[in-house]
Amino acid sequence: MLSRSQYYLLAAIAVAFGASWFSRSYNPYFLDIAVTCGINITLAVSLNLINGYTGQFSLGHAGFMAIGAYSAATVTTIFGDKLLPLVGGQTWILFPLALYAGGLVASLAGLLVGVPSLRLRGDYLAIVTLGFGEIIRVLLQNINAVGGARGMINIPEYTNLFWTFGLAAITVYTVWALVNSTYGRGFIAVNDDEVAAEAMGINTTRYKITAFVVGAFFAGLAGGIYAHFKQYIAPQGFGFDKSIEIVVMVILGGMGNTVGVIIAAVLLTVLTESLRKFGDYRMILYSLLIIVLMITRPQGLFTWTAKRKTA
Amino acid sequence: MEFLQQLINGLSLGAIYALIALGYTMVYGVLRFINFAHSDVFMVGAFAGFYLGRVLPAASFGGGLLVLFGAMVICAVLGVVIEKLAYRPLRGRSTLTVLITAIGVSLLLQNAGQLIFGANPKSFPKLFPQHNFTFGGMVLSSDQIAVFVVTIAILLGLHYIVMKTRIGTAMRALSFNPTAASLVGINNDMVISFTFALGSALAAAGGILYAINYPSIDPLMGTLPGLKAFVAAVLGGIGNIPGAALGGVLLGLIETLVVAMGGSTYRDAVAFAVLILILLVRPSGLLGKLQAEKV
Repeated sequence: MLSRSQYYLLAAIAVAFGASWFSRSYNPYFLDIAVTCGINITLAVSLNLINGYTGQFSLGHAGFMAIGAYSAATVTTIFGDKLLPLVGGQTWILFPLALYAGGLVASLAGLLVGVPSLRLRGDYLAIVTLGFGEIIRVLLQNINAVGGARGMINIPEYTNLFWTFGLAAITVYTVWALVNSTYGRGFIAVNDDEVAAEAMGINTTRYKITAFVVGAFFAGLAGGIYAHFKQYIAPQGFGFDKSIEIVVMVILGGMGNTVGVIIAAVLLTVLTESLRKFGDYRMILYSLLIIVLMITRPQGLFTWTAKRKTA
Repeated sequence: MEFLQQLINGLSLGAIYALIALGYTMVYGVLRFINFAHSDVFMVGAFAGFYLGRVLPAASFGGGLLVLFGAMVICAVLGVVIEKLAYRPLRGRSTLTVLITAIGVSLLLQNAGQLIFGANPKSFPKLFPQHNFTFGGMVLSSDQIAVFVVTIAILLGLHYIVMKTRIGTAMRALSFNPTAASLVGINNDMVISFTFALGSALAAAGGILYAINYPSIDPLMGTLPGLKAFVAAVLGGIGNIPGAALGGVLLGLIETLVVAMGGSTYRDAVAFAVLILILLVRPSGLLGKLQAEKV
């Protein structure tokens, strides 16, 4: 027997499949924005598990995304010729396997970052994750097998609406189901009061690491989707700016508010596109938005209930 | 000889990191948050020097010092304005809120800089008279000497302000215990403004010294030196003023040595590796004191 939320998940995947079926008849510009929206939803919702529900502060989400993107692209682009015959030449089998591999490598990195998070909190953790993201970027720039600073080209275009929104739906479902389960109450307890949670016998260390591993896994998957959508990835594309972009989506939507974060991800993606005519003023508006929002509505645009106190 | 040469280069880079790190550490001392916008105040300082350098006589000793002083005043004002408009309304809110606001201010300065100064790199004028001194194979440029002299003068001045003046005593009191400080009649807001002014002036000095040694400036130049200076502040123990100076010099030395040993493509990763290492091994920093958490 499926629960109600599982029906929603299946319905969302079915809709994505249906929409994808007719994708040739859509306007390519619209399609482009739609896929970007889907990727951003996955990124923002997965970061929300770390930053919102668990109350850690990661500024390195683009780093996880980069690892996923490069790993998945390596599987399909560099080893694609050898692997494709093994799955009978079917790209729809190879692609999810490549994505999965990317997600696994990213979650391994999440484990690595999660370990220092045991000892650090707040702004220190933010800086460590930021530094981690930068280290990833510098390392990728120095690996010639994946193109170094020039980036990786000729990645096959496997991404379509189905994969993008199917993944977004799975991410939303997983985070939602995880946080609302009995086990998942622990994430919120860590956010509310770490010391009290520990005193109640909650293994806060384990929850924090779990949040990083799960969040990084989905960010890695999103990276894989991104790589097979743009067909070109470069280390510079996964820098600090990208991490900030995802963080802003989470803040705008409201930390620990999945629906709000989804709305914010879509809104910001569309807004970024529509502000293009303002050119140079776009990023100024963007940064002013962050400052004003933090002063007037720190709980996010779409959170109306009283804000939980965070230490 | 090669080693000594690298030592000099490392020390001059480290002195600049130290100047920026002091701003981070002082603001952290009084407000307990990382002022992400500090690295962009550093950038504004370099640009202030660039424009002042056009007006004032170039390549003269007095002119160079005037440019330095002018840029420090401009950035001090900028720092106070940022604190008043962006951070003061957030007094007493959670650290993350302030941190995110600081990131917003940083992005604002970068993008406003690209709009006002232009996104293309500009070449920084020669502020001081140019001369290379050679000591048996080692080269010491006058710009490097300027870095050492200015940094040491500023460090001595800062030591005097923090340890000997009334406002410095108030700063130390505030960083020790804000509530108790206001109870004994210290105007906390005024002291915080002063701290921002002081820190930003140091960032401006750092910006100009950086620009005369690496004479290509652009609106995004602050990010990496800023982050590295922050690492330096953590390395020395954040909130600890001598620690920031020590951390800056050490980090400059480490980075230069890694580059000299052939790891130049990894130079930007070195600082972060040092950061992660120090946070794992000694999170309170080299000179910092470990504080027990009160429940």
